[in-house]
Formats: sequence, structure tokens, C-alpha cells
Amino acid sequence: MEKFFVHDKRDTVGVAVADIQAGETVTGWVMEDNSIVSVKALSDIKLGHKIALKDIAKGETVIKYGEPIGKTVAPIAKGEHVHVHNLKTARW
Amino acid sequence: MTGTKFMGYRRENGSVGVRNRVVILPLDDLSNAAAEGVAKLIDGTIALPHPYGRLQFGEDLELLFRTLIGTGSNPNVAACIVIGIEPNWTNRVVEGIAKTGKPVAGFAIERYGDLKVIEMASRKAIEFVQYATELQKEECDISELVVSIKCGESDTTSGLASNPSIGNAVDRLVDMGVTVLFGETSELTGGEHLVAARCATPEVREQFMQSFKSYSDFIISQGVDLCGSQPTEGNIAGGLTTIEEKALGNIQKIGKRAMIQGVLQPAEAPKGKGLWYMETSSAGAEAVTLFAAGGSVLHFFTTGQGNIVGNPIIPVIKISANPVTVSTMSEHIDVDLTGLLRREMDLDGAGTAILDMFIRTLNGRYTCAEALSHKEFILTKLYRSA
Repeated sequence: MEKFFVHDKRDTVGVAVADIQAGETVTGWVMEDNSIVSVKALSDIKLGHKIALKDIAKGETVIKYGEPIGKTVAPIAKGEHVHVHNLKTARW
Repeated sequence: MTGTKFMGYRRENGSVGVRNRVVILPLDDLSNAAAEGVAKLIDGTIALPHPYGRLQFGEDLELLFRTLIGTGSNPNVAACIVIGIEPNWTNRVVEGIAKTGKPVAGFAIERYGDLKVIEMASRKAIEFVQYATELQKEECDISELVVSIKCGESDTTSGLASNPSIGNAVDRLVDMGVTVLFGETSELTGGEHLVAARCATPEVREQFMQSFKSYSDFIISQGVDLCGSQPTEGNIAGGLTTIEEKALGNIQKIGKRAMIQGVLQPAEAPKGKGLWYMETSSAGAEAVTLFAAGGSVLHFFTTGQGNIVGNPIIPVIKISANPVTVSTMSEHIDVDLTGLLRREMDLDGAGTAILDMFIRTLNGRYTCAEALSHKEFILTKLYRSA
């Protein structure tokens, strides 16, 4: 069973649809093209929270829905939890 | 979806309602006690207490009148009694509602006092309840309806599942001739270009961008970090990190095809069929109150973490795809879309589940929010009173 979904193939984050444990290798469903991707989780990621699908440098834009959703304020490794501790809005 | 007819209430002006309320509407904060007094005495009436209505001015006062008149004029309201502290503003609301042709009466408290007003208004309320209870439902077409959409306490499951399911239903509803209102102005931030691209004409697009920019400029002018407010703490707990992410999930609700026909002021009625944008707060009860004042007779509300909002005059259908919310707060959720996250359901199936519950609700089924007595009537206030 896929433990995370990805909206768009350009996305750099996926969304957990079940709780994910650190160290687990999990597969995800890319909704746009129905493909499957696989990532080794580096953090515990609760249902609804985001997992990085690639290494993302500090100050880089994170993509979800194929659109920018903010800029990183810390470097993020592939498989890490992405949330308010490492990602901020670029708007307000 | 089986047919597009349902049994509804056709009002004097031809509009169609799905509930049959007799409303006791206070004009101002001072009149809440008398309005609630009448509602306690007369079975089948409902009071809508609120904290405003004194020394408001300008655009803020116009919004108060538009909201109160719109609420009394809503097709779900069979008859309305307005109670205010003085007669002039009271009569302005009475005259506004009277344009619909429905029974309406106003009472002012000065020179009489609460007790005499409660007696006079209660005698009138008996007449109105007897009038309303004798009305017969008749066959109506769903194309005669105005409905609204808004999400709350969203999380990432909203953007993944429940909101695109509403979007699927909205495209189908608009195809069937239903009028649909959406808003949540601040919560389009990051996806405003996608909303703009859906506007039917360049004029509508320009009006939308003006409305969006003015709201956005107001927020930025406060010079504060909105993290915890927009997105809310509940959004953050659910995994939503930024306003852009929340907005991109939010706008899944407007579907993929329906074009935006126009831009409405808060509480303004749409001027035709199809999908309409109304400038509103993103706070649930405020937005649903404004949509109802604009003529919505039923609201579709998607939630991730479990917003429990209802409304006193329109049914609010609650929809969630978050399995934790659906299992821990099941009494609040009308439509369970958790199958989407397990890939046991697709968006067409989810849209159909929403439309099935829509028809059942039109025909009289109480929503969870109605059964749980959620009656949030929350006026939007634009600025300080004089």
C-alpha cells in the first residue's frame, strides 16, 4: 500500500496518507501520471505531513501541486519531514 | 445521481428553499434578549442573536444591513420578525426583507420595553408559525438552487481528497444549472493566478484581482506573522505549512471546468447562474453566514482536522477524508471520503457520494450540524464602530 501521495510529478514533497516511521522505505503514488516512487524516510512522518522527495537546499522553493508553496529556512534531506521548522511562506 | 428533482419550499418571489424557518432577527446587540424571549415562548421560531448593530457607519453599516436583509430574505426563511432598539434602522431591514413578498414584521423596543415587545412580537410569531407550518413542499428542480462551498480546519487530506471531490461535484452541479458561491479571499494566496485564469471575462478577472489585492494588502499592512492564524494551529497540526499550500488545496473545491461568472461583495446575491466568487473572511462561521445572506440555501463544508461549524438557517453538509477525524468525530461528518486515501474510491465516486447526500439533505435529512444544534450566526465587521 502506498503510504504517501504526490499531486504532480514536478513536486518536491509528498503527503503521508498513513503514519510513516523513520528508517522505513515507503512507496508513493503520483496522482498526475499514476506512477509509483520510493523514498527512505529519515524522520517519523504523521498522516497528512510532508516528506521530502529530494535534497532541498536552504532558501530553495518547495513545489507541491506543481506550484511554489514557500521557501526553505533550513536544508532538507530527501526523506525528511518538511514542515514549519524548515519551510516558510514566501508571501506574508 | 438519480434525477434532479426534490421536494422544496417555493417562496412568494419564486426562489426555492430547502428548510422552513421562522426567524426572530435582532437588529442590534440590545435586542438579542427580546428576540430570544420570543423564540423561547413560541415553538418553531429561531432567534439569531449577534453582537453588533450599534454606531456602525459607512461600508461597515451597509454590510450589516445587507447581511441582515439577506438573512431574512433567504429562501429557507418562511417568515421573519425583526426587533431593534429604535424604529428607523429596524424598518430599513423590514422593508428590505418585504421585497421578497414573504411575511415580515418589525418591532422597536424604545417607548415599549422588552416585555411589551416580546408580547407583541410573540403574537405575530404565532401567526407566522401557523403560516409556515401550513406551507406544502412541492417538486422543485435543483437548477433553482443557490449553494455554497467552503473548507475549514483543513489539512493536507483536504487538498488531496475532500476538496477535489467537492470540485468534482461543483463541476457537475454547475452543469446541472445550480448556482455555486465560493470565497475565502485570504485563502487564495498562492493560488490567485489559478482562480484568475478561471474568470469568465477580463472584467471579472480584473475585479477578482482587485478584491484579492485589497484583502492581501490589508493583511500585509498589519505587519505580523500570520503563522498560527492563517494557516491555523489546526491546519499546522494536520501538516499544512504555508498559506500557499493551504490555498492550493482550497481551490481544488472550484473544480476544473466551471468558469467564474462574477465578483460579489460580502453578503451580495449572485446575478445569474454558475460559479460566483464572494469576498469573504476565511473563518468558517463568518463565511457561511455571508453566503447564506447572499442566498445560499445549503453549504458544502470539507474538513481535515474537524471543523464543526453549522448555521441557523442553512444545512451545512460536513465532508472529510481524514481517517482520524472521521473515526474520532464521527457525529460531525455527513460524508466519509476516507476511501480516497486507501485508493478504494476515485474522485467521480466521491463526487457522487457528495451529490447523493446533497439530494437527501434537500429532501429533509438533518445534517450532523443541524442535529447537533450548531447555529453559528456570525456577522463580519469591517472596522471599529464610531
